[in-house]
Amino acid sequence: MRCEEAEILLHALIDDELDAGHARAVETHVADCRRCAAQLRDYRDMRGMLARSTLSYEAPADLKRRIDARLPAPARPDRRSLLKGFAAGAGLSSAIAAGLLIAVVRTDRDSRIMSEIVSAHLRSLQADHLTDVLSSDQHTVKPWFNGRLDVAPPVIDLTALGFTLIGGRLDYIDGKPIAALAYRRRAHIINLFVVEGGGDRSGAATETVQGFNVRRWSAPGFSLWAISDLNADELEDFGRKFAAAQHG
Amino acid sequence: MNRPVASEPGLGTGTFGQVMAGATADRAQRFRDTALPHLDNVYTLARYLLGNETDAEDAVQECCLRAYRHFDTFRGGAIKPWLLAILRNVCRAEYARRAGTVVGLGESGEPPEDAAPLWNEAREAPDAAALRQLDGEKMRDLIADLPPAFREVVVLREINDLSYREIAQVIDAPVGTVMSRLARARSLLREGWLAAEKGSAP
Repeated sequence: MRCEEAEILLHALIDDELDAGHARAVETHVADCRRCAAQLRDYRDMRGMLARSTLSYEAPADLKRRIDARLPAPARPDRRSLLKGFAAGAGLSSAIAAGLLIAVVRTDRDSRIMSEIVSAHLRSLQADHLTDVLSSDQHTVKPWFNGRLDVAPPVIDLTALGFTLIGGRLDYIDGKPIAALAYRRRAHIINLFVVEGGGDRSGAATETVQGFNVRRWSAPGFSLWAISDLNADELEDFGRKFAAAQHG
Repeated sequence: MNRPVASEPGLGTGTFGQVMAGATADRAQRFRDTALPHLDNVYTLARYLLGNETDAEDAVQECCLRAYRHFDTFRGGAIKPWLLAILRNVCRAEYARRAGTVVGLGESGEPPEDAAPLWNEAREAPDAAALRQLDGEKMRDLIADLPPAFREVVVLREINDLSYREIAQVIDAPVGTVMSRLARARSLLREGWLAAEKGSAP
């Protein structure tokens, strides 16, 4: 074996990537060649020193959280497995159990609404049925709902704040007709579902479902659900601006 | 195991949407379990290829979203090289963006041809050339100073601990190319190492 060949193959020897035949050939050459032997020793040393040092970087926790948030949410444990848990917890007082049961039932309603909202959002985009009343004027859209719904939904034009009102339509969530408002932000459509009741929840929350971001918050008598493929930050901004305009 | 909500009797209508939501959640969970444990490896390569934290974080996030979108095309085997190959493509796009054109690693990922054959290097007296340990930061700098095509094979081999075959998969080149490029990369690294020792000598 010549030196120029050995100088390449000795790296594969160090990395344990050579078959037995080639490994023996390199070792035979190195035994007779001081220069290649010195190189083999040097590169082995270098590899050892690299291996003993911490040269990797740890991904920041915040980056991990951001990526996790962009992936669809993990499936929730279903109700039956939770109820099984109650039965097993013999030490659990019935009062606490009752409280937990209410929480579970409420979560069920919310998760049902959530999955219906995702379906309704997809339907509105696929069937090209975004609006029954096409107008960027809130004073046209709001009266349209009169007589179609028991309670008039809040309709707010946010065009000046970067979210253009496209129009409204009737949709069905949780077995009831409800108001859906469509907004546009650049190329992204936001569907805002105004669901009667459930307005007792405090605080707003954003989660990712099937690749869509869903922002939920409450107003007196309503729970509001905004869904879009818009990024979570801007969707939260939409929710805050809508809530602020409604109160203001 | 997570099951689609729709399989639960008495829990509403069992719509297509619910079944889809369950399947999507399962898929996302599989991705979390198999891909996300390698995030440090992906981030490490991104740091070495892009040189700063912000760009590396953006590239890793883009890599993960891209990998998740194409998760169906991942057909088993080691997931680490698959992820690192995606990350490398994201980084090449970033090189192109920085240069306003496709440069950096080059269209084919080939190193510049000014690389002299190994055997033309100065023949030093072997005993004088023994390397001394450097601190970690110095070594990171030496790796970062290598041209990109050599830097990536050093990181993939010495830090990400990939086999030659896996490196070949990541850089989309034959195993023979991996071997010769790694030899050249270590030779360059050794030169830098000796220079650094001289620089830090008392």
